Amino acid sequence: MTEESSTNDLSRFKTTYFEECAELLITAEECLLRLQEGSDDPEDCNAVFRCVHSIKGGAGAFAFTDLVRFAHVFETALDALRSGRVGLTPALAEVLVRGNDILGDFVRAAQEGVVLPPDHGDRVTQVLNALTGQGGADAKAAASATPAPAPESGEESFLVRFTPAANMLRTGNDPLMMVRELAGLGALDIRADLTRLPARLEDLAAQDAYLAWSFRITTEQGRQAVLDVFEFVAGDCAEVSVEAVGAETVLEPAAPPAAVAHAPAAPPPEAPAHDDHPVSLDHPADAAHPAEGGLRLRAEDKPGAGGVHTASIRVELDKVDRLVNMVGELVITQAMLGQQSNRFSAESHPELFMGLQELSHHTRELQESVMAIRAQPIKTLFSRAPRIVRDLSARLGKQVRLVMSGEGTEVDKTVIEQLSDPMVHLIRNSLDHGLETPEERAARGKPAEGTIHLSAEHRSGRVIIQIEDDGHGIDRRRVLEKAIEKGLVERGQTLSDEQIDQLIFAPGFSTAAAVSDVSGRGVGLDVVRKNIQDVGGRVSVQSQPGVGARFIMSLPLTLAVMDGMLVAVGGERYVLPLTNIVESIRPKPEQTHALVNVGNMLTLRGEYIRLVALHSLFNVEGAVTDPTKGLVVVVETEGGDRVGLLVDELLGQQQVVIKSLESNFRPVRGVSAATILGDGRVALILDVGALKAEGDRDGGGTAPLAAE
Amino acid sequence: MTTNSGRQFITFTIGAEEYGFDVMAIREIKGWTMVTELPEMPASMRGVINLRGVIVPVFDLRARFTGILTEPSPRHVVVVMAVHGRLLGILVDAVVDILTVQPDEIRPVPEVDHGQNHYIQGIVITTGRMVTLLGLDDLFDSQSIAAAHSVGATAA
Repeated sequence: MTEESSTNDLSRFKTTYFEECAELLITAEECLLRLQEGSDDPEDCNAVFRCVHSIKGGAGAFAFTDLVRFAHVFETALDALRSGRVGLTPALAEVLVRGNDILGDFVRAAQEGVVLPPDHGDRVTQVLNALTGQGGADAKAAASATPAPAPESGEESFLVRFTPAANMLRTGNDPLMMVRELAGLGALDIRADLTRLPARLEDLAAQDAYLAWSFRITTEQGRQAVLDVFEFVAGDCAEVSVEAVGAETVLEPAAPPAAVAHAPAAPPPEAPAHDDHPVSLDHPADAAHPAEGGLRLRAEDKPGAGGVHTASIRVELDKVDRLVNMVGELVITQAMLGQQSNRFSAESHPELFMGLQELSHHTRELQESVMAIRAQPIKTLFSRAPRIVRDLSARLGKQVRLVMSGEGTEVDKTVIEQLSDPMVHLIRNSLDHGLETPEERAARGKPAEGTIHLSAEHRSGRVIIQIEDDGHGIDRRRVLEKAIEKGLVERGQTLSDEQIDQLIFAPGFSTAAAVSDVSGRGVGLDVVRKNIQDVGGRVSVQSQPGVGARFIMSLPLTLAVMDGMLVAVGGERYVLPLTNIVESIRPKPEQTHALVNVGNMLTLRGEYIRLVALHSLFNVEGAVTDPTKGLVVVVETEGGDRVGLLVDELLGQQQVVIKSLESNFRPVRGVSAATILGDGRVALILDVGALKAEGDRDGGGTAPLAAE
Repeated sequence: MTTNSGRQFITFTIGAEEYGFDVMAIREIKGWTMVTELPEMPASMRGVINLRGVIVPVFDLRARFTGILTEPSPRHVVVVMAVHGRLLGILVDAVVDILTVQPDEIRPVPEVDHGQNHYIQGIVITTGRMVTLLGLDDLFDSQSIAAAHSVGATAA
């Protein structure tokens, strides 16, 4: 359920791939240079191998066949080197460095979509092949390969007939890859069968496979290894037959052989250098060994990764963080200037006001750009989910289908990091406690396969991540029993269904009848809630018995800046997150009611809303205590509950930089963080969800009103 | 031992008493500025201030010791210190001196059964003054910040 089209996706992967290639090439080059300088650390060689292998792997996925072809040769040579079958000589090191350059050429060509001349890098290829004793590995060379060497004992020969179906290429299977894989098994003799080629060019469908091949392979690895090569195509889209034959069997000449006659015969591996391509290696060592091994190489136009251009750079996170902090300070300074400007009138200083307005626009844009640097698609987080679901569902004997949506939603990297553990925990929780076993599901008339839906979306400046399952929902009766047993709830206390549902987040609460090794390892959902609250987020649960449960995590897009509404209460100023604010009203006397045991309520368009007096909650003196004289800001919590906050007045909307209270102190209930106002004073950013809970707990919090 | 090898303490007053903190923990000394109060805090926790973009809690040492709140004026001083990697400010009446003390000059605290004085490292008598040396770790470890609730409760 990815939102982007798949082509878009692929090109994004390609971009990433080329960025990685550039880094891998650089790494490989560094290691090669160390090898060249005589390092005998096997890790250097391994590292180069891994780099080349990674490049090859990606290239295969994107079908950059030229790149794959060369990378394979290079990789094979490196493998021989790291396994010790070939010793490292200065000459070989030289070839490897050159090989890396050519690999870079192929990467660049793939990136730019150009095709390099077919002989590009041939000389290095030949040398590398020669080193690994696989002169025949190159398909072109193999076509005219000399008769296979006499088989050694333990070797068997097979005659393989490989006839692809016409549509095989369209399924993404490349016969060349299989040929190469075969060649890796042992000595290979190939004949191409061209009889299926249409006689007229116009009859040829470009995407159909017409060729068929006969191979005679001599290998020590047995019949199965040969069959494995064709594992993905045999039966489905190709006919494959493998029969053991005597070593002396020779393939009948392919007919008509003319088609392969153009392929150049493989020159002897240690061929003398072409004099018209003089050596111009930039490494002085080469001059010292000009004739060693008879190797002389054509210099490629650009060495190594130098020419592979990327549209991105890697920057240390620290540097970005510093930038984010500085932008934060800039936002404060800008707010301060804005505040100071109130002393002037717009008429007398029009330029000043225009300048300030522009500054404000630029600051905001700068801040958004800086934040975008740290933004990452949440896919990086979601990609962990399938694995967890697969492993766990197998262990729990449950059938689960995972559906994900909104993976492209971008969130600040720091938020993503903080989200990882809670998300994993909630998925486990849904699997373990939410979904039923197939039998139970069948008994309830549900499909045997349960569904977990993981989704992300932006909603009013926050990112909402939901984990929804179609299991049995929360067993409220059991939750309540448990809560009473644990002393979290007084017996006889009446709680709404929603309140019971939220109890599962209470510290020390765990309903799993038996503590499984899946969830309920002592850390409960309270830890999830705490982790999420630590980053200014909230988590809530909605449950429908028998139908399923939905966990909703709501987090700020960034941990650095937010839009806030500055409110005054007595002499104090507080910041309310703008995203929570629904409206603000000055209630009429008939709209306020004091309800016994519940507290003060406000009727708003037929709806009852609980009133929470900030001055009473925060113990502020000199504040407006009569709601009809102050203002009530109606805020909505993530769970969708509304609560009215009684304040003196609204001071205005502004961007605030979020400063942690915890870094030097500790978390404070009802306060999510602090910020610094234009005058340098600290203002507290209120945590609306927690305020609602405080208000619920503290029914008498608005006592002054009750006196009326 | 030379004079240089002694420990240096910054000394300050609360009322008539003079106290010392190890100078190595001191980050800066600044005049009193308005704090922003936090809800549900003990009285000795005065609130938070903005120290060049960092939120720093300020504790009233008089309230911590005696339960009586300091009436801060611009002449009062906040000593900013780093304890356990955290910054915190201590509200005191005035900074007096920097004292270099040799280890053998530090006298042990007379045993009192209160069990309250574990944050007192020792006493130094210098030019007729008596300075109580305070251990930062014990005074402001996370437990005592939390435990400060009870102190505040009696003070309020």
